[in-house]
Amino acid sequence: MHTATLSTPTTTGADARGGERRSGSFATAAARRRYWVWVSCLIAGSLLLGFGLIAWANPMPLGTRGFWIIAQHRSLAVFVMALVALCQAMATVAFQTVTNNRILTPSIMGFESLYRAIQTTSVYLFGLAGLVSFTGLTAFVFQVGVMMGLACALYGWLLSGRYANLQVMLLIGVVIGGGLGSVSSFMQRLLTPSEFDVLSARMFGSVSNANPVYFPVAIPLIVIAGGVLWFTSRSLNTLSLGREAAINLGVPHRRMTIIVLIATSALIATSTALVGPLTFLGFLVATLAYQVADTYDHRYLFPVAALIGFVVLSAAYFVMNFIFYGSGVVSIIIELVGGTVFLIVIMKKGRL
Amino acid sequence: MTGLTTAGPRAPRARSRLFDPRVLLGVLVVAALLVASLFVGVYDVLGSADGWQMFLITRVPRTIALVLAGAAMAMSGLVMQLLTQNRFVEPTTTGTTEWAGLGLLATMIAFPNPPLLVRMVGAVLFAFLGTMVFFAFLRRVTLRSSLIVPLVGIMLGAVVGSISTFVALQTNTLQSLGVWFAGSFVGAIEGQYEVLWIVALVVIAIFLVADRLTVAGLGEDIATNVGLNYHRIVMLGTGLIAIATGVVTVVVGNLPFLGLIVPNIVSMLRGDDLRSNLPWVALLGIGVVTACDILARTIIMPFEVPVSLILGIVGAAVFIGLLLRQRRRGSR
Repeated sequence: MHTATLSTPTTTGADARGGERRSGSFATAAARRRYWVWVSCLIAGSLLLGFGLIAWANPMPLGTRGFWIIAQHRSLAVFVMALVALCQAMATVAFQTVTNNRILTPSIMGFESLYRAIQTTSVYLFGLAGLVSFTGLTAFVFQVGVMMGLACALYGWLLSGRYANLQVMLLIGVVIGGGLGSVSSFMQRLLTPSEFDVLSARMFGSVSNANPVYFPVAIPLIVIAGGVLWFTSRSLNTLSLGREAAINLGVPHRRMTIIVLIATSALIATSTALVGPLTFLGFLVATLAYQVADTYDHRYLFPVAALIGFVVLSAAYFVMNFIFYGSGVVSIIIELVGGTVFLIVIMKKGRL
Repeated sequence: MTGLTTAGPRAPRARSRLFDPRVLLGVLVVAALLVASLFVGVYDVLGSADGWQMFLITRVPRTIALVLAGAAMAMSGLVMQLLTQNRFVEPTTTGTTEWAGLGLLATMIAFPNPPLLVRMVGAVLFAFLGTMVFFAFLRRVTLRSSLIVPLVGIMLGAVVGSISTFVALQTNTLQSLGVWFAGSFVGAIEGQYEVLWIVALVVIAIFLVADRLTVAGLGEDIATNVGLNYHRIVMLGTGLIAIATGVVTVVVGNLPFLGLIVPNIVSMLRGDDLRSNLPWVALLGIGVVTACDILARTIIMPFEVPVSLILGIVGAAVFIGLLLRQRRRGSR
């Protein structure tokens, strides 16, 4: 929780008033100006990088039919990046608000271990053919469903009743993830090296894992979950004050927490099933977003976070594809940068 | 640690209970397990002509390795919990194991085909560094809840793990990395396991400085007040943990949750006096590892599964049980 939140605690309670007329979202006019400058820079950067990814080093001359075919193919990847950036950014910001902790990321809560376990099991049981056939819409829906099921079971079990405790729930999620991790690493050990090679391509997040077949399910899910978060952003502002203050201001704390967590897990599950695990992308994006947008207001945080997510993802792909020509490890580079930022942040922070 | 202060009524009796006769009972049970470990296996050591040789080459070293690794990991978990004053901390929930693995990987790349000793030094150094990073972090922040500590530790472990994965992917050793990390006593045979004796020294050292560690566990202010050099004790404790974790990671692999569940069960049953608990922690650590290893050896005979798989599943279940129990008590 930042001091900006504490200094203007009452403005968030007034739901009826419009956002633009208040001075509440930003501490000063300068902060507001800075925010919009950043947003325009980020939009410009996104457009530039998006266009760059589509048009850079396109072997066909601009405007020909071949150019458009290649551009269409590449724009799919750009679109997936936008989806993933949106999912990870919104989910992480909302998750950090609900848990009242800015160094957590929703991905550690077993989603990725579950994804890895599902992928590994399919290779382990059915061999390479199993993995190759395990790609259609059914597989996607199955994975999202299992991840959501686990998340909802955890919430229902540990966030309701007399002993509801958010942190116990988080830790249990992480531990279940660890248990699943040891099961999948055991199965991976028994795979032949060639099977393992194919599997390891799935183990790292990559936009090339995404298949347009998934979109009819993925996009509505993202729109619904993202919409829920967007429309609860005023409540999220209040939740970020802490449980007691939120209840005092008339927000049903537990119900809002569960709603936000379900939306978060829908976003993370969709993103993970689309492209694979990206543990620290969300953390990196959210941390940068707090720095850039000096506000507690989620209606301003969400767009900035999503834009930063897109810029980070597309810049990483652009650099790796066109400058280093080694596109296989983009997600790991992001993980490394995110992990380093994580270390710096925890060393710099004075409180949790 | 929350319980340390509440164990007051039991404290006066603690000195005299240092050699509790019930420890002997525990020793007997664990000894029975160890004997079972000596005779469980695919090779028939009693019937074959070279049975005695095989017994000396594989079974005896393996059982010694179980004793050393089990005791050392359980006790380092206990030391770590004392120093951080947090019950949910141990080498696997603070990233120490991941750091040790990264150190192992780094030495493998820096020196092609390094001798065991070099690998171990790398792992120990990295484990020490990583544990210090975590402790430094803990000292700098004010915590609102004890449960955040393991969460941050696991995140830290994930960061370090992703670095290892990156390095392993670049050097095409990803699958072997998984094999190194999975704790298994298969490699504990004559000529391979001997360096594990180093952790016996760690175990003895922990016994010797137990009182000082207990005082350090009361916090920096109290420890300094009663005349203890707090920072030296923290460095010493961290060094001991790093040596134990590093050596065990190199020789055996990762033994998840062992340092977490054993001290917690012991202090649930006996309260929080470190000195009289230490023998119990060591015994229970040995017992748990041995039982899991016997299970790992017999579950898909004639093959065996890595003991870390069994420990991971059993440990996760016990850990969740402990968390739920704490939740019910409503303490933070």
